Amino acid sequence: MRYGATGVNLEIDLSRGNIEKVETDPKMTELFLGGQGAGAKILWDRVPPDTDPFSPENLLIFSAGLLHATPVPGANRVAVNTFSPQTNLMSHSLMGGFFGPEMKHAGYDQIIIRGKASDLVYLYIHNDTVEIRDATHLRGKGCTETGDLLKEELKDDKVQVAAIGLAGENRVYTASIDHGHSSAARGVGVIMGDKRLKAIAVRGTKDINIAHPAELFDISMKMHKRISESEGCGDWMAYDEDDSFHHNHFAWGNARVRRIDFWSDELQERWTKLKYDHMDRQTSCYNCPKNCRNVIKWPGRRRFGYKCYGKDTYHMAAFKELDFSYDILGVAQEYGLDSYSTPQVIAFGIELYDAGILTDKDMPDFPEDSGDRVWYLMEKIVRREGIGDILADGVSLAAKRIGNGAEQYDHNTVKGFEQLPIKLGKVNPAYFLMIATGEKMSITQIEGSFPQDPIRDMKERQAFVDKWDAVPDQKFKDYFMNWEKRNLMPTQAFCDIVDWNEAMHYIDDSIGLCGFVSSFRGQFGGDIAYHINNIPEFIALATGMEMDKSILWKDFQRIRNLVRAVNVRRGLRRKDERPPEDHWAVRDEEMEQNLLTEYYKFKGWNDQGVPTQETLKSLDLEFIAEDLVERGILDENGNTPVENEPAVIEKN
Amino acid sequence: MTGGKKTKIIKEIIVNVDKCTGCRSCEMACSAFHSVPKYSSLNPARARIRVYMDETKDLYVPIRAGDYTQAECNGRNSYTIAGKEYSQCTFCPAACPSRDYFKEPDSGLPLKCDMCEDIPPLEEPMCVQACKFDALTYVERETEVVHEEVQRGEMEAGIASLINRFGAKSVREAVARATKH
Repeated sequence: MRYGATGVNLEIDLSRGNIEKVETDPKMTELFLGGQGAGAKILWDRVPPDTDPFSPENLLIFSAGLLHATPVPGANRVAVNTFSPQTNLMSHSLMGGFFGPEMKHAGYDQIIIRGKASDLVYLYIHNDTVEIRDATHLRGKGCTETGDLLKEELKDDKVQVAAIGLAGENRVYTASIDHGHSSAARGVGVIMGDKRLKAIAVRGTKDINIAHPAELFDISMKMHKRISESEGCGDWMAYDEDDSFHHNHFAWGNARVRRIDFWSDELQERWTKLKYDHMDRQTSCYNCPKNCRNVIKWPGRRRFGYKCYGKDTYHMAAFKELDFSYDILGVAQEYGLDSYSTPQVIAFGIELYDAGILTDKDMPDFPEDSGDRVWYLMEKIVRREGIGDILADGVSLAAKRIGNGAEQYDHNTVKGFEQLPIKLGKVNPAYFLMIATGEKMSITQIEGSFPQDPIRDMKERQAFVDKWDAVPDQKFKDYFMNWEKRNLMPTQAFCDIVDWNEAMHYIDDSIGLCGFVSSFRGQFGGDIAYHINNIPEFIALATGMEMDKSILWKDFQRIRNLVRAVNVRRGLRRKDERPPEDHWAVRDEEMEQNLLTEYYKFKGWNDQGVPTQETLKSLDLEFIAEDLVERGILDENGNTPVENEPAVIEKN
Repeated sequence: MTGGKKTKIIKEIIVNVDKCTGCRSCEMACSAFHSVPKYSSLNPARARIRVYMDETKDLYVPIRAGDYTQAECNGRNSYTIAGKEYSQCTFCPAACPSRDYFKEPDSGLPLKCDMCEDIPPLEEPMCVQACKFDALTYVERETEVVHEEVQRGEMEAGIASLINRFGAKSVREAVARATKH
């Protein structure tokens, strides 16, 4: 009997209409856990590296976390993995809500979709009943609208729906997959649309076997209480009305303008009123005692939910205020647009117009007002109409297609993907490493355990360290105690810190925990619920697998190297690992490159960022080593020949 | 009449729909508590409390399983409360043919909330313990017994259900046959 995992994957071939339920190897759960780890393993095994993301051979995988559908609180984020046409690398996306646990109750750890349907279909799953059904009546429907229509059609309000909107249908690269008020960002909706899959509706009523159920329930209820009472968990931005942090320090427009004096008491008062005048409630994801999502009803729009910085991106792209975002978000949610990338590509379009690179010929009747312009371009993009057809490919590819100097306005992407619009002074080595080497495409998906800045007061600092039980090792406490300036620490310390930050995300994303109770939140206050010291017990009790801190750490390293290998095989090399040139005003190329070299060594990678045979073998990944050698990506000394550097990223 | 007024304890879960965040922790905890052996499995489909949830209409209503009913209502009301439209079913605790609530997923048998009666008794039912937003709170209040409740014994209840199923005539005949020496 399998514990924690269902042990069954659902395989759907949309080209042939084939549906299979496949039992999985328990060894794979031991090695790759679930969620992103399991997703990456399937992509490695089954999608050859030369596969075009738009090929029917590309897979779209919904991968539930190993701890989904157990009593473990906050375990509800399902991973969505595929290959992205925007980066040509692995897309890593996560979606909160209820979808992952429902998949598990239906009996499946992963839903793996290959092929393409001839026209729009949806997938209906109710335990053992799995059907590919016509969805042409849902064409053009919004994401939550589709969810509502399917619930009505299926006469089941407990069915959980993940759907794409118009953006996904039209293969917009910044399309998301939406599930109620939760959203899978970073470019996965485009592949769902390409496969002509409008939605997945899943309902599950089966039990999940737990190895030590009573013990797990006991520690889960204690954790539930702890999370509920802790101020160090959840999204404090759901309550904190002072959002000077994003508005004064992040760049507005096309990641261009800092407005350090933007925030004021008067503004805060006005925005707070606006929020509470229109907010119905704050909602939670499955089995989590935090309510991080603000649900807003704006006149004339469908209700939408947002978290964190998600409410800022549109008005910061448009140089407007919160009311602008509230007005547009309900529409953007229904279109199924990533609210991080989309406003950036829109602001990029506006900048090109102002620079004369795009003209009235490209943008007929382009409005004067910056807000109207954002609406104009959003509508063009979701329909791939006119200039929208180019901008829909995201900033980097659009810049190449437009040419005529547009490339210079593509100044905030890494690996072809839009980054958070942060433009700072002096290079920060930890952030340099994270932005350069992160493969989840956003800094929010790698930072999070070690604080961003030292605490000035030494007494407070000591007090912080004394109750800091999340650290994997005493050395992190020492680093923190001896930390003077943000940018200054021994290289070894930066490597350790980045590694720890990354480790927690890789663990969360494989077991399905939310970063706000785990990987992302410790950097703010240190008092985080889940950490490397207590997660092993939850996994062991749920799955019965042998688990402790060192095993879990090795699992992280294994999954990390697997993801790296998946991308290396598609051409990822050192040259791609560069933060935006203007991310910091003051740069030090030599220091940065030395740091990167040291970090690669620390990770067991060669100077091209490719895991060496030795590293791979130590992590039970011999099959990857063999493959990379066979392809000439690794030579017998563990080096990567530079002439072997394919230029796949330079696509289009 | 002799003696003082009789009282009994009413156990009550107070539901504040404005405070519900839709986390469904109540469903999780309920299903774990009622699994056999206790906590051996977890499955909201087996819970005796379900959160009726409609994100679009902003409806979040935890409903506790009540009695089984053989037929759905022959008419339904809809209620507008504070500008939001609720169907009668949104509040209805019945295990009823019109929907898939409060039915044991394997057998289809109805589930009913028992307020987590246990030995020793819980301080509060599990769903209330799991609710960190005070959408569910528990009170016990004393109430005066107006009419003496007629307590049906186990056998009588069993016979009533047989009559319900087969009709009084068949049951009478069966009893007659079975008691013939």
